[in-house]
Amino acid sequence: MSSPVGASATEIRRLVASGEASCEEVARAHLDHVAATEPRVDALLAPLGERALERARALDDKLAGGTAPPPLAGVPLVVKDVLHIEGLPTTCGSRILEGYRPPYTATAVARLENAGAIVVGKANMDEFAMGSSTENSAFKPTRNPWDPARVPGGSSGGSAAAVAARMAPVALGSDTGGSIRQPAALCGVVGLKPTYGRVSRYGLVAFASSLDQVGPLARSVDDVALVANALCGHDPRDSTSAAEPAPDFSGALKAGPEGLRIGVPESFLAEGVETETLARFREALATLEGAGLRVVDVELPHLPHAIATYYLVATAEASSNLARYDGVRYGLRTPESGDLREMYGQTRDLGFGPEVKRRIVLGTFALSSGYYDAYYLRAQKVRTLIRRDFEKAFEACDVVATPTTPTPAFRLGEKTDDPLQMYLEDIFTVPANLAGIPGLSLPCGLVGGLPVGLQLLGRPFDEASLLRCGAAYQRLTDHHERTPPLT
Amino acid sequence: MARVTVETVDHVARLAHLSLTEEERETFARQLDQILAYAESIQELDTGDVPPMSHALAGGRFRADVPHEGLDREALLASAPDSAEGLFRVPRVIGG
Repeated sequence: MSSPVGASATEIRRLVASGEASCEEVARAHLDHVAATEPRVDALLAPLGERALERARALDDKLAGGTAPPPLAGVPLVVKDVLHIEGLPTTCGSRILEGYRPPYTATAVARLENAGAIVVGKANMDEFAMGSSTENSAFKPTRNPWDPARVPGGSSGGSAAAVAARMAPVALGSDTGGSIRQPAALCGVVGLKPTYGRVSRYGLVAFASSLDQVGPLARSVDDVALVANALCGHDPRDSTSAAEPAPDFSGALKAGPEGLRIGVPESFLAEGVETETLARFREALATLEGAGLRVVDVELPHLPHAIATYYLVATAEASSNLARYDGVRYGLRTPESGDLREMYGQTRDLGFGPEVKRRIVLGTFALSSGYYDAYYLRAQKVRTLIRRDFEKAFEACDVVATPTTPTPAFRLGEKTDDPLQMYLEDIFTVPANLAGIPGLSLPCGLVGGLPVGLQLLGRPFDEASLLRCGAAYQRLTDHHERTPPLT
Repeated sequence: MARVTVETVDHVARLAHLSLTEEERETFARQLDQILAYAESIQELDTGDVPPMSHALAGGRFRADVPHEGLDREALLASAPDSAEGLFRVPRVIGG
């Protein structure tokens, strides 16, 4: 057997199901590859070697005993360290969760493990998923496998870099304002943010609860569909989990993209997309037109206000969600810190990094007496306007297309001193979270040797149209098959 | 609209139970002022009769009110910085 490293999830499942490879062999090969590539990439906070091998052997035993191979049998998986696995540390890239071991497993992880996936590591991330570069991790920055001097994007930068570096064919991330799609674009992999409510948030550490959504990253749309089949569906333990039954996404891909209409918000694109990145986007549109899709112009007039709206809504929700880190129930507590109030303040000052504090201060401000109406409430109203923009656009098209990011990956340190510049990186991704709609990013070529992404946005619960477009695009192009230098 | 001063940051940090260093107070005041100046664009929009959107899903749904086993108390306390007699222990709350 040749090495399973670099094989797709679909292919690994086939190898395991046919007996050509054991789950243990697949896991061991990937763990060895992690050990070899991790010094260059720093994608993981914790490799899970022993646990992975034990679980792989247990699945091998079951298969040997005649159990039918589950849909992700033996498929190595990397999990962003914002999702709980019972008994293992969850750090969220933060010092404030030091020593915390959750007593339960996130539904998203449990669903994939029940489908046979083998978790090989937990991935680095911006602290509490706040950032667009993974430089806000309290532990280390992750590097872009295509150029170690550049960021992998964020906040799921560890997950995207791990998939790009072939540490696993599949990873889980979370996306509050682009945190799956933007790093997927900058690392040259596929990332799906499902419709809000499609995937359970039980066991996902909350950042902004009305925006957060868990989703998969992989190298092909086929693999993303395979994982989405196992991942999506109602969970009674998450009251925001949608009742809509999830379709068979892999089956939907067979339909082909013919007849779908692609809407392009031309006037919005005029705002500051780097020339070559825009050229790759235009080439991708031409390819899709060649595949039988019709491209039409659509107006999304309120999108220029999306960043402002997002950073008021998301930080307001974060300031509330992160009130729970107070040194009482879990994680860090500063030693000998006087009375209760002093202990709260000092624990939070010591445990949170600068970006998290900045967002707590901004969000608390937006919610505070005297400013609530002008900032938080007004942002919520603009959110309605943005959602209505999409509802109107989807009368004229089935999928909205934009570049995923305005530029390819920037250099480490380039934007760390200027938070507003970092926020503007999310211009094309935040609208989907505000509107609650699904978004897919897929590689559409290189700019100066660095990958950039095509973003497709769809109607609520219509991931299938995005995946159909994406799969058709990948059948006609080979951008997703390019490999970054791994040594 | 709002011009953020160090005093604003101090007020908000108190509300959020954050002790900030001198340097953080000044940096945050400057950066938040920039961010809010950028966010002023939404003040120009006519939002008169637009309802606020707090969530992407319309309406909440509740599960059936059936008792079920919760998480194990000892397992939950195991991650606490300090606990005693099945409870979280905290520094003194009043006086001293």
